[in-house]
Amino acid sequence: MKFATLLRKAPEWMIHDGPHRDIVLTSRIRLARNLDGSTFPGYARKDDRVALMTALQPKIESLPEMKDSFSEDLGNLDAIRKQALVEKHLISREHAAKAGGSAAVINREQSLSIMINEEDHLRMQSIRSGLDLRAAFAALDRVDTELDGLVNYAFDQRYGYLTACPTNLGTGMRASAMLHLPGLVLSDQVNQVITAVNKIGLAVRGLYGEGTEALANLFQISNQHTLGEREGDIIARLEKVIEQVIGHEQNARKKLLEDAPHKVLDHVGRAYATLCFAHILESKEALTHLSMLRMGCDLGMFPGMEAKLIDTLLVEIQPAHLQIGAQRKLNAEERDILRAEVLRRRLAGFPEPKTDVAAGPPPEDPPLI
Amino acid sequence: MFCDVCKQKKASVFLTQINKGEMHKVNLCEGCSKEKGVTDPLGFGLAEALQTFSHGEKIASQPQERACPACGMPQATFRKSGRFGCPRCYVTFADGLDSLLKAMHKDTRHIGKVPATAVAAAPDYTVKLEELRKAQEQAVADEKFEEAARLRDEIRQISEKVNE
Ligand SMILES: [Zn+2]
Ligand SMILES: [Zn+2]
Repeated sequence: MKFATLLRKAPEWMIHDGPHRDIVLTSRIRLARNLDGSTFPGYARKDDRVALMTALQPKIESLPEMKDSFSEDLGNLDAIRKQALVEKHLISREHAAKAGGSAAVINREQSLSIMINEEDHLRMQSIRSGLDLRAAFAALDRVDTELDGLVNYAFDQRYGYLTACPTNLGTGMRASAMLHLPGLVLSDQVNQVITAVNKIGLAVRGLYGEGTEALANLFQISNQHTLGEREGDIIARLEKVIEQVIGHEQNARKKLLEDAPHKVLDHVGRAYATLCFAHILESKEALTHLSMLRMGCDLGMFPGMEAKLIDTLLVEIQPAHLQIGAQRKLNAEERDILRAEVLRRRLAGFPEPKTDVAAGPPPEDPPLI
Repeated sequence: MFCDVCKQKKASVFLTQINKGEMHKVNLCEGCSKEKGVTDPLGFGLAEALQTFSHGEKIASQPQERACPACGMPQATFRKSGRFGCPRCYVTFADGLDSLLKAMHKDTRHIGKVPATAVAAAPDYTVKLEELRKAQEQAVADEKFEEAARLRDEIRQISEKVNE
């Protein structure tokens, strides 16, 4: 598959409707693996990295799941193309910083992506729509088992899968879900929830992972420990917590509609007006408004419109996507103008928000995690 | 050799003691040793003294700057970056690893998936080495020096086998 096809095609998770799709955008599983007897990428010499990649890439391409995949040496992709893969959550920011000697193999559905020579020899990712960590894990586990028959993994009876950083040791697994939590943010409860989630050994991060801002009211919740707990147990624990956070978000939205309906209508109305009529839009502002529009969709303020369009836009208005669309490098001001133009065009025909949304029956208060 | 405390007079009292698995050496002149109450080296609280003698030479029970025989990474690099150089580093730098892992993870033992290739794999040297090191430490603490020497040789043998 060519890069242009990859970029044009919507990933499977964006089209499908997984469980709790209104609040959980995606579920992801990442496995870190290394080859026995080989120096980790961060400490290996370049020719060793290239040799390892050259040996590994065809093996990955040969897996039935990776048929007709996009497979490329990062040395052949410019910075903007690599950034676009980050924006689509197909490779990590760390991987995008790599050049020759590192590669990415991504399947047609864009549900599986395998990074060669990231921090570890292999970083494999599976992504699903909604809250569906089990399906994401099952798909990746299959790939992992198949690869196990083709290579020798670095594994220790005591420490499990050996990784460059001891924080990934053991299962090498990071399970995460991306949650849209505007209700908790608007009602000033999100920090309480984050603190509670942190206390039980789970991490909360922003839209593009470690150290990034919580743009668009999107939060990633993931496991922090990888050693001493089974994969299935990690996933079950995470799932339970996420379901509770979903409950809190639903409650927060209902309460907002009950207690301050004008505040909600104002946020959604302003977001709608800005996105449909603005001519200069910075990324952060656009993302904030898209979040409000998405919440409006969930609350039934835009009958017939699907949150999917907004999820697509969250990616389309990112800098690299804009520049590839324009087929040239754009400075920040040019990007802000193009971003507004793309949004006006894509939201043309988006109906005005309905203002007679009911709050529904008052919610019960679930325990705070 | 000069005294570690006054740095002026010739040292005539030489002390060595193992503290938390690390060997410490302090050299003192006659005057300083008397001043610090070191008349009988055995009754001398060296661990405590070491904190005051900041000049005490410190030697690890294994060479201070160990490097991984497989990838060549020195221990200092791991300490700085927090990343290992290769899978073998987990054996090379096994000392103190568990306390590090304890702080990071739920436990220090893997209980998840096991690759098919590892099921029939070679004996687990990491666990074995760790047991031997613990036994050696105990032997030293019990002053069973012959036993400690025997264990040291066994550790060396296994480490060499692992590093082949
Ligand atoms: Zn002296
Ligand atoms: Zn090494």
